[in-house]
Amino acid sequence: MNDVADDLYQEVVLEHKRAPRHFGQLAEATHEAQGRNPQCGDQVRVQLRVHDGKVEDIGFSGQGCAICIASTSLMTEAVLGRETGTACALQQRFRDVLTGQVDPEEASLGKLVSLAGVRRYPSRIKCALLGWHALMHALQQQGEATTEEPKP
Amino acid sequence: MGDMLKPAALAGRFPGLAQRVHDAPLAYLDNAASTHMPREVIDAMQAYEERSRANIHRGVHTLSQRSTDAFEQARARLKTFLGADASHELVFTSGTTESLNLVAHGLSDGGLGEALLRPGDEIVVSLLEHHANLVPWQLAARRSGARLLLLRPDAQGRLHAADLARLLGPRTRVFALTAGANATGERPPYEELLALAAEAGALTVLDAAQAMSHEIPVLAQLSCDFLAFSGHKMYGPMGIGGLAGRRAALERLTPLRLGGDMVESVSETAPVFAGLPARLEGGTPNVAGAVGLAAAADFVDAVGRERIDAHVRSLRAHAAAGLSALDGITVLSPHAERSAIVSFVARDAHPHDLGTLLDAHGIAVRTGHHCAQPLLDALGTGPTTRASFAVYNSHEEAERLVDAVASALEILR
Repeated sequence: MNDVADDLYQEVVLEHKRAPRHFGQLAEATHEAQGRNPQCGDQVRVQLRVHDGKVEDIGFSGQGCAICIASTSLMTEAVLGRETGTACALQQRFRDVLTGQVDPEEASLGKLVSLAGVRRYPSRIKCALLGWHALMHALQQQGEATTEEPKP
Repeated sequence: MGDMLKPAALAGRFPGLAQRVHDAPLAYLDNAASTHMPREVIDAMQAYEERSRANIHRGVHTLSQRSTDAFEQARARLKTFLGADASHELVFTSGTTESLNLVAHGLSDGGLGEALLRPGDEIVVSLLEHHANLVPWQLAARRSGARLLLLRPDAQGRLHAADLARLLGPRTRVFALTAGANATGERPPYEELLALAAEAGALTVLDAAQAMSHEIPVLAQLSCDFLAFSGHKMYGPMGIGGLAGRRAALERLTPLRLGGDMVESVSETAPVFAGLPARLEGGTPNVAGAVGLAAAADFVDAVGRERIDAHVRSLRAHAAAGLSALDGITVLSPHAERSAIVSFVARDAHPHDLGTLLDAHGIAVRTGHHCAQPLLDALGTGPTTRASFAVYNSHEEAERLVDAVASALEILR
């Protein structure tokens, strides 16, 4: 029992679930996309304001489980102010850790390492990746609001 | 609360339950998805495979005859189990989903003639349904040009005969309803609702998937043209189930599985379909599954239908009362006394997180939309956590569920 709490529901995760960062609609978003988990109806909309290849601002809205909300909240902190290429690379490393291809210690995940335990719960991996899928989707598409950014 | 049965002794007959999960005894409370099988069902299937395995029908050799006999005996057993009379027949399918698809397709596809459903006809389906009793009707409506009308529940998730009466009319051809809503545990007054629809001239379809483990419908007492069910929700194997109903109604279905065994004769350009039940059973059937299903019916009757029903209802009541007493928990269909399912939502705690934390206590529940998205959207609950009880569960397990939910809420809030 404590194993699961330690593995999945670390204090960092629960704290982000209780008080998600950058939660709400973003004004003047240049990019946005929605991620949906059809099994449970969870959905997360990620909005970005990208300028000169950098994530100037980011926000998210929607509903999901603790793992989903905490992962998306930690994601917003991790990519804010970063180059879009850096955000994509972080997504790749995070994904590789959750799918068991890279050890968490070798992936330079920062605070995101608190979610590394999810890799031991295959049914929950998609919860942790939902917001990240939306982020990737948003970056790969033309923004809905304006169209000044080229595709990364 | 005393146990109506001796669940510990019964559980010993279910080899799949005798294990520990995360270092706790398994409390298997996901029976609305699939029940476990007693030893006698597993043994019956194994005996068939070892002694009688061969393809059925038309074989003149001994094993083929044994296999055919086993299959037809299983059919006879299931018909008796469901209270069928001389006007009824039963065809084996892979389960409830195929059975419902067979009906919806069979009434909307003309096959060799004209489809029963015509443009402007009306299909009435309740909103309590599993997707398997909704999506096939959505497609049947599109295929035929019929209109799909929904019988909506009230805010507490109940269906009312007066609402159905308003939807029925001269163009109503079909009424489809569940005998027990898998997402909420609601047990609609299906006897009354089916009778009302039949009186209006509709063909009636009952999804009995959830009822078969504890409250088995009796066909001869129902205004029911088609009854769909699954083996794996009634202590039987996966991949087998049935569609039972009135012969006259079954004969109106265009076959879904076309091929061997379902034709009287075939020319170069057209088939002549065989009579019931063969016409709806194209291809080699799951004979071992049918044998196991019949053994499951024997198991239910040996324990006693009424005893099983009383037992699971009392477990449901126990869990519903315990959960309702927790802060911020809302039990769906709290009034549903004739149910084996308790489905609930918790403030500030998502079902997926609850499900994972319950699993850590060895408690298996199901979380999410339970294939009933329109219903949960209409009720405004979103995804739920669902515990569902069977003959081998105990009041101690119901208590463990309540305690584990309380402890999960402490972690998550």
